[in-house]
Formats: sequence, C-alpha cells, structure tokens
Amino acid sequence: MLFSLYANVLVQGILTGLVYGLMALGLSVIFGVVRVVNFAHGEFAVVAMYAAFVLFAALGLDPFVSLAPIALAFFAIGYALQRTLINPFIARPEHEQFILLVGVAIILVNGTLMVFGPDARHANLPYSFDSWLIGPLIVDKVRVYAAIAAVLVSAALLAFFRFTPTGTAIRACADNLIGAAVVGLDVKKLYALTFGLGLACVGAAGAIMVVLTDATPMIAPAFTLLAFTIVIIGGMGSMTGALVGGLLIGVVEALASILIAPSMKSMVSFALLVAVLAFRPQGLMGRRA
Amino acid sequence: MTALRDLIAATPRRALAMLIAFIAVLAIAPAFLDRYLLSVMILVFWFAYVGQAWNIMMGFCGQLSLGHALYVGLGGYVSALLFVKFGISPALGLIPAMLIAMAFGAAIGWLSFRFGIEGVYFALLTIAFAEVTRIGFDNWAFTGGAAGLFIPVRAGAAGEWWNLRGGPLLFYYVCLALMLAAFLICARLRFSKLGYAWLAVREDPEAARALGVDVFRAKMAAILISSAMTAVGGVVYAFYQNNLFPSQTFDISRSIEMILAPIIGGLGTLFGPIVGAFILTPLGQALIALIEHVVGKGVPGANLVFYGLCLMVIIWFAPNGVWPWMKKSLGIREERE
Repeated sequence: MLFSLYANVLVQGILTGLVYGLMALGLSVIFGVVRVVNFAHGEFAVVAMYAAFVLFAALGLDPFVSLAPIALAFFAIGYALQRTLINPFIARPEHEQFILLVGVAIILVNGTLMVFGPDARHANLPYSFDSWLIGPLIVDKVRVYAAIAAVLVSAALLAFFRFTPTGTAIRACADNLIGAAVVGLDVKKLYALTFGLGLACVGAAGAIMVVLTDATPMIAPAFTLLAFTIVIIGGMGSMTGALVGGLLIGVVEALASILIAPSMKSMVSFALLVAVLAFRPQGLMGRRA
Repeated sequence: MTALRDLIAATPRRALAMLIAFIAVLAIAPAFLDRYLLSVMILVFWFAYVGQAWNIMMGFCGQLSLGHALYVGLGGYVSALLFVKFGISPALGLIPAMLIAMAFGAAIGWLSFRFGIEGVYFALLTIAFAEVTRIGFDNWAFTGGAAGLFIPVRAGAAGEWWNLRGGPLLFYYVCLALMLAAFLICARLRFSKLGYAWLAVREDPEAARALGVDVFRAKMAAILISSAMTAVGGVVYAFYQNNLFPSQTFDISRSIEMILAPIIGGLGTLFGPIVGAFILTPLGQALIALIEHVVGKGVPGANLVFYGLCLMVIIWFAPNGVWPWMKKSLGIREERE
C-alpha cells in the first residue's frame, strides 16, 4: 500500500517534471545564447495558459492541438520582442536588461488580470478524469499526454540545435560570439530566432500546463521562480540540464507534497536551490564559467 | 551634528534653499490637504523612504535585490506580533524587528557574497527568500497564517502616538520624518569611507579588491543597513494598515513597487528615490481614481500595468532616471555627486 502510494507519486512527479523541464528549457536556451535573462518567463507561460483556455472554451480546441498554433504565435512574439525591445539592450548593463523584462512581466501579468480577472480557469477535457491502471499504478491520462507532448517538443528542439545548420549556427553564437560574427553569421537574426524558440517552448509548456493546473494571473511569478530554480539547479545555459532539473524538481515537489504538506512543496525546491548555489553554483550539468 | 553641518556646508546654496522651502511646504501641507490627499502623501513618503533603503543596495553597492518586501514583512510582523500578543510598544518592538530583518539580510548576504552569487542569481535568491518566507507565514498559525494578522483599533487609544496609534496626520509626520532621516543617513553614508567602498564595488569589484576594499564586508554592510531601514518601514506600514497578510506583504509585486521610485528618480542618487516617489505614487493613485471614475469600479492591475510601462520607458530612454536631468534644469550643480 505504502509502496504503491510512493510509486504513484513518483510517476506523477516525473510526468509533471517533464512539462516543467520544457518550460525551463525555453529560459535556458534564451540565457545560453542571447545572455539575457527572461524575467517574464512565467508570465509568458500564464499568457499561453490563457490562450489555450480561450481556444478551448470558445472553439472547443483540445490544448494538445492548440499547442501548435500557440507555440508558433509565441515564436513570432519572441522573434519580434528580441528584434525591437531586447536587442538594443544586449550591450547594456545586466540590471537594465533585468528591469526592462521586469516591466514586460508586470504588464503581462496585470494585463491578464485586467482581461480575465483573478478567478482560476481550468480546461475540463472530456478525458480529464480518465486514468489507466498499470499494475499498482494509477496513471492520469492527461498527465501522460502532457508528458509525451513535452518530450516531443523538447526532443524536436534538441534535434534542431544538434542537426540543422541554423541550430549549429546558433550554438556557434553561444560558444564564441566574436568568432560567429567573423565567419559572417547574422547574429541579430540568430538571436531573434533563439528568443522565438525559447518563447515557443514556454508557449507549448503553458498550453500543456492548462490541463494540469488552474490558470490564474497570480501564479505567474511562481512559474518564473520555478523555471529559474530548475535552470540554476540544472545549470544555466545547459539544455539537458534544464530537462534533468525539471524532472528533479517535479519529483521532489511531488514527494514533498505527500511527505510534508502540499503548500510547503516550493520550500523544498528552494532548499535544493540554496544547496546548489552554495555547493555547485554552475549547476548540476553546467560548465564552470 | 558636525556631520549635519558638514553636509550643509557641502550643499550648494541654491539647493539648500530649495530643500528648506520644500521641507517647510511639506511640514505645513496637512493644513491644506483633505483625507485622501493626506493618504497619498503618506504613500509618497513611505515609498521614498523604502526606496532610499533599497537604493543603498542597488544604487550604491550595485546589488539588485528584488525581495525587499521580505524586510517590510518581517519588520511589520515582528512589531505587530509583539504589540498584539505581548503589548510591547512598536517604539521598542522596532529594535527586534530591525534585528530579525538584519538576520535574514545577513543570511542572504552571507550565502550570496560568500559564494560569489551575483547579478541575476543574487536577484533570484532575494525573490526566493521572500517567497519562502511568505509561504512560511502563510502556514504559521501563531501569526494568523493566510487569514492575516490584525492590530486591534481600540477606541480612545487614538492619541497613543508612542504606540503608533493615531490618524493619518500622525502617519503623515512619521513618514515625512522617516523620509528626511533616510535622506540624511544616505547622504552621510554616501560620502563616507564605506560609501566610496560601495561605489568601487558597484563599478568594478575586482578593481576594488585590488585596491584593498574588503568587498565582502562592504556588501554585507549594505544589505544589513538596507534591511534594517526597510524593516522600520515595515513597522510603520503594519501600524498604518492595521493588518498584515502574507500574500500581500511579502508579495513580489510589493518588492517591485518598492524599487520603482529609485529607478525612475535615479539609481544611486540621493534625491532619486524622493523624486521618483513624488512623481510615480501620485500618478498611480490618480490613475486608480480616474479608472474608478470612468469604469465605475476599480480595475485591479491597471495601475501596475502603468508602472510597468513607466519602468520600461525610463530604462529605455533614461536609465539614469529623472533626477540628473531635473538637477540640470533646476540649475543645481553638485561638485561631489
């Protein structure tokens, strides 16, 4: 009985962690290449949640379907944002970039609040309460679909960076900016592409998230903090680190919510963050700067 | 007193005259203000005060804290608990409130500065500490948990100014005094040995270290002074509001509201936080009133969207804030700044 409880919680943690990983991947990609910290990350996730919710409520579109257009739209937003707003700040001091994005974050979260109000919204799918029985495990259908979707998007992104010429060019910018510029890469365009890809990740993650948890504007800073925690634990700029960190946080939070109290779960991930910052500041998979 | 005399001697005549006129106007202003405007002015002074405290860390020492609501909340909770549960006056409760906020500041500072956590990482850690403390207070029954802590308003106690029990007029002068005191403290600190060490750390920590500045100590001094000052702001906040909710007091949006005034006024300047608070707070309040008038009811979030826009516009066009420009147009030249 006890074993099956832990096994269930563990599986749930892993499935949720994969979605967390996708969200954090977006942040990690942007930081790793553009070297700008997207402080509005969780806010973008919440906007994507509302987008998926609206598409579901108005058109009956399943969030796992609307994920694609939302990711595409977020790619376009990210591309435009980098081109117009963030690019002039690339060479500016870190705190100025940060404050700029804090401004973006405040506008996004309170804009959502103005439009949708503070009430929690949830996409109630026809199969929301379906689950599979696998031995001692009871696995929610939506969680499995969410995890599969997250893995597919993450894998597509990793493959893009690994195997396509554009992906290789972006990695070149991250490794050696001057070298990349010298061999004639259009750094500005690649940066905009990267920011777009990062936001596409968070857009997809947000669309997935709406089937797992309620959307409220007020959850946004917590998502930002979550994504940051994952990325720092995994290692800033490391893509696999973000995924591993997401899994780790997903599992740790799931365990903490049954071992301690559900409301205290973020305390445990915070403790993990402090431990990582103190003993391995470059993160689990990060390279020492 | 010699410090004050030095300061006056070092201030340009024109600026001094303006400053005295400014203070005099503020001192007699309540006679002409209605209750609503009085409450706006209290907010202005309060934000100028905590902005000044935050400015020590970011403006002087270059450490971006995005979790200053933590110290407000701690100051407020400690003094309010001592008053509500043990009947200890906030005049005394002020001291433990400051000490506890400083302990948290010391923990954050030690953890960060010891292990070379800087910039964004540091900012994140400050947010994380504020968030975790919020969750802790949310779940702590002794402090009222998420349902909040209330300071009872007794009839007849309104005149107990030493217990911070009183009407808006009391808080008007308390906050005005705090704002002026913080200005003097910061002016004194800014041109002290420590102040120059902070500037060196802000501009180039490596070079500062090479020159023999103890970078760790300078940063620790900044976070300790800043957290203690902010805690005092928290005490006044708690007794002015008469209630404390973890979800409001420790919230990240509160931390961000606190940093707006110094950023808009001018990071690292002495007048920046004051100028910023005088510009932004009335604008925000006017916007709330305007929306209520037009829409017929309050639209939550509207004023914050406006603040967000202000932040972006300022950081885009004038990252040094309004004050440097204002100083020029007022014809003030400061040799030392």
